[in-house]
Amino acid sequence: MSEPLVYTFAVDGDNFTSAGEASVKMKKNLRMLAISPDIIRRVAIAMYEGEINMVIHAGGGVATVSVYADKIEIVLKDNGPGIADVELAMREGFSTAPETIRNLGFGAGMGLPNMKKNTDSMSIESALGVGTTISMTVNL
Amino acid sequence: MKILEISKLLNAEICCGEDRVESEVCSACGSDMMSDVLAFVKDQAVLLTGLVNSQVIRTAEMMDMRCVVFVRNKKPSEEMLEIAKDSGIVVLTSPMRMYEACGTLYSNGLGIKGENESHE
Repeated sequence: MSEPLVYTFAVDGDNFTSAGEASVKMKKNLRMLAISPDIIRRVAIAMYEGEINMVIHAGGGVATVSVYADKIEIVLKDNGPGIADVELAMREGFSTAPETIRNLGFGAGMGLPNMKKNTDSMSIESALGVGTTISMTVNL
Repeated sequence: MKILEISKLLNAEICCGEDRVESEVCSACGSDMMSDVLAFVKDQAVLLTGLVNSQVIRTAEMMDMRCVVFVRNKKPSEEMLEIAKDSGIVVLTSPMRMYEACGTLYSNGLGIKGENESHE
């Protein structure tokens, strides 16, 4: 099998305004690869939700997207505080985002469930005080 | 419905994307919660909102939307307009309130279902 195309993005955790830049760039990259619009949108939404989460909760991180012949893999890694209860965090409507973030239109507790909904597989590895790594796959 | 017609119905000012106002759109949605737009919206080409920050434009870009309408005379920043121009999104600002703006478009034939989505 041929080597995947790998794209790596640093996500700035100090700037809410720039949150989403990596997802926008990745969307453009996927368009150039002639991936179908429906797949591109699913990848973009999942990555954008993850990027917003990294900025809100973890002070930023690194997003790596690997494009294989049969799938797209998105890995979001941060060194934030970690998720205390992953099962609870996956529940629609559960959120620990502060009021300031809700006023910006986010923090409805839909991010992680929406990432799962838009991908074919998703796994969360998280350790308190160490960080969180979310791996998602969208089949082509 | 053409975006130009939307701007006329909403008595809106075109902030950017003048070259795209002849584009046809089939559906719209209204929300101030971008989390909900990302989670629940499907195939809607126009977003009406009273929330003004860069993430509104980015959310629209992620959802492949073509037009963002700010209601209640909210004005987007230059930075937001730059992001919109990069993404090819038309930005309008209307003096109408959300309820009135949505109602006006709906009653003039702009529905809630996208072109790829059938009525259930």
